[in-house]
Amino acid sequence: MTDFHKGLLAVNDENLSKESSSLAAIATLNKSGKESFLQQEIPTRKTEAWKFTSLFGFTSNEEGYGRLAASYDAAGLDALTTIPALDAQRLVFVNGQFSAELSSKESVANVVRFSEANEAQQAIIADNLGTAIEQEKHIFAALNNATTTDGVLVHVGKNENLKTNIQITHITTAQANPFTVQARILIVLETGAEATIVEHFASNSDEQNCFVNAITEAKVGPNARLNHYRLQLMQEGSIQIGGVHVDLDRDANYDSFQLGLGAKIVRNDINVNHNVGGSHCELVGVYLPQNKQLIDFHSNIEHKIANCTTKEVFRGIMADKSKAVFNGRIHIHPDAQKTLAELSNKNLLLSNDATINTKPELEIYADDVRCAHGATIAQLDEQARFYLRSRGISAAEADVMLSFGFINELLENLELDAVRNLIRPILAQRFGRDEELMQHIG
Amino acid sequence: MLTIKDLQAKVEDKDILKGLNLDIKPGEIHAIMGPNGAGKSTLGNVLSGREGYEVTGGSAELEGKDLLDLDPEERARLGLFLAFQYPVEIPGVSNLEFLKASVDSVRAAQGKEPLDSVSFLKLARAKCKLVDLDQSFLKRGVNEGFSGGEKKRNEIMQMMLLEPKLCILDETDSGLDIDALQVVAEGVNSLRDPNRSFIIVTHYQRLLDYIVPDFVHVLANGKIVKSGGKELALELEEKGYAWLEDAAENGAS
Ligand SMILES: Nc1ncnc2c1ncn2[C@@H]1O[C@H](COP(=O)(O)OP(=O)(O)OP(=O)(O)O)[C@@H](O)[C@H]1O
Ligand SMILES: [Mg+2]
Repeated sequence: MTDFHKGLLAVNDENLSKESSSLAAIATLNKSGKESFLQQEIPTRKTEAWKFTSLFGFTSNEEGYGRLAASYDAAGLDALTTIPALDAQRLVFVNGQFSAELSSKESVANVVRFSEANEAQQAIIADNLGTAIEQEKHIFAALNNATTTDGVLVHVGKNENLKTNIQITHITTAQANPFTVQARILIVLETGAEATIVEHFASNSDEQNCFVNAITEAKVGPNARLNHYRLQLMQEGSIQIGGVHVDLDRDANYDSFQLGLGAKIVRNDINVNHNVGGSHCELVGVYLPQNKQLIDFHSNIEHKIANCTTKEVFRGIMADKSKAVFNGRIHIHPDAQKTLAELSNKNLLLSNDATINTKPELEIYADDVRCAHGATIAQLDEQARFYLRSRGISAAEADVMLSFGFINELLENLELDAVRNLIRPILAQRFGRDEELMQHIG
Repeated sequence: MLTIKDLQAKVEDKDILKGLNLDIKPGEIHAIMGPNGAGKSTLGNVLSGREGYEVTGGSAELEGKDLLDLDPEERARLGLFLAFQYPVEIPGVSNLEFLKASVDSVRAAQGKEPLDSVSFLKLARAKCKLVDLDQSFLKRGVNEGFSGGEKKRNEIMQMMLLEPKLCILDETDSGLDIDALQVVAEGVNSLRDPNRSFIIVTHYQRLLDYIVPDFVHVLANGKIVKSGGKELALELEEKGYAWLEDAAENGAS
């Protein structure tokens, strides 16, 4: 066991001694997670899946992240944990701890913390927790399995349309010592169920030194539909790793929107499994690193069976000395005939010091499939630029408008207006650092 | 208003404009006709300052100011407007935000305050109505998914909002149905003013029934090879361009 392994597992001992009432299902998960975690090596630049994302700043931190935050003060966090105009059942966690104060007062029967689950809900957790994750391929998912003590279950029963949006917010605050947050969500949609879930990550300081490992698992049943938003809006101090692991049953739908704006180092693994047939998955994502941020999206879509579709569109704009990594793998198994898969990734570099590593990976082992992929490092369209300028708009403002438009195009189809309205002004600020230049966007 | 002298320009090392002269007085409408590839759109692009069009000689002045040294946006702010033959689609940038940015910057150049959003929206809606475009077009991306005719109406709407001094319409009538043609013509006619001039590039004499020009020019092989009154358009309709191009090659004009 290396110091790295030991350090991160230390959280577990601290947790377990504190909360003796752990569910049996969690204890089992912790055990297998620990075994798997210990078998895996710390990712380095030689690890294929981590080639472009160095964790050096993380693994070499001598103080380590192996402890929980000491305490928190909910004062002043309300605005940061609110998505204006979003009508939602809100659960807020501060530094990993549930905050009743910041969360919605009334509760919805469909949403419960593991630690509060009733017997039926405990059974659902036991049946599903960890089943969508291949932990031996994802060291940080294994770590989350090993050390998680609580989490949120969203369960929607047969043919139920959960009209209330669910917002789950994790906010971190500045602390004296580095600390870890293991966040965990389990979403279980039964046959014909529908739900909209907004995951939201925020922080109140760019000085903080924390490691957030957020794992979300979704089991989308036959004909069910999950609309999933994952908004990373932290400031630039922390490290966020984690991902989404989705199992799609027959004719299930998974619609997701990922926003990568925050943190110093971000790594998201998005794994979707078309397991039974007829399922659809639509992934839209936007990342906008600036300064020295690094944002890495690794998606892996497994078409294990026939007649499923995937549509994946990611766009990024890199400013300053920032870096982004996009790796989009679509794996079409021999049985996955009639697969329809599209992957597009476009990137704009705003500075000479910014970097993008983009790689679509289509692995096709079936013959009757339709697949398209493209990954580009784009320039602003000269024709569009001239069009705007010919109408009196300055070159600088035209660039801001076009950069904004490049991303905004992907926001236009979002179902939740509140999410769009939350993001647009932030986007506008990213491009138009000058008030004058951003007055016509957002 | 606009004085062009011996204008020469090339694109990608190919000479396109080869000594073009044109003098337009305030309030006049000039129609420019001519064969495909003659350089009509090039003239519009050169005047509006598009990159890639290199001026190799001659001059162009708008109200006495040298246009050719200015950035495209500066020319627009001076009152030059080009309605494009092929308007560009800009997804993600809303038509309304674009129009406001445009009107604000042209107003700023005239020392005017920007309009507040409510007044602007009202104004934009009124102009939509004039060109018979549904208001929903304001919310869409700039020209995004607009039909050919809708794009042209959007160009005319921009012209009406900006109230330029010199309007160049590059084949705004191409691809329009008869009703749309009337809309475009009414748009132009409503803006007719002793202090505003127009260059109408067209292949069809039909438009000139609605917008009656003061002069008709034939642009062939990079030059104006013949100028006349509105009856010249009728003559061209009948005889085509071959006789003029032959004449031009023989040095006559
Ligand atoms: N960007 C460009 N690159 C290469 N050649 C160009 C470019 N723009 C114009 N040309 C060439 O310049 C010549 C004049 O083109 P222009 O578009 O000005 O013609 P036009 O008179 O407007 O024709 P039409 O009636 O077909 O619209 C053509 O031969 C054209 O191919
Ligand atoms: Mg042309």
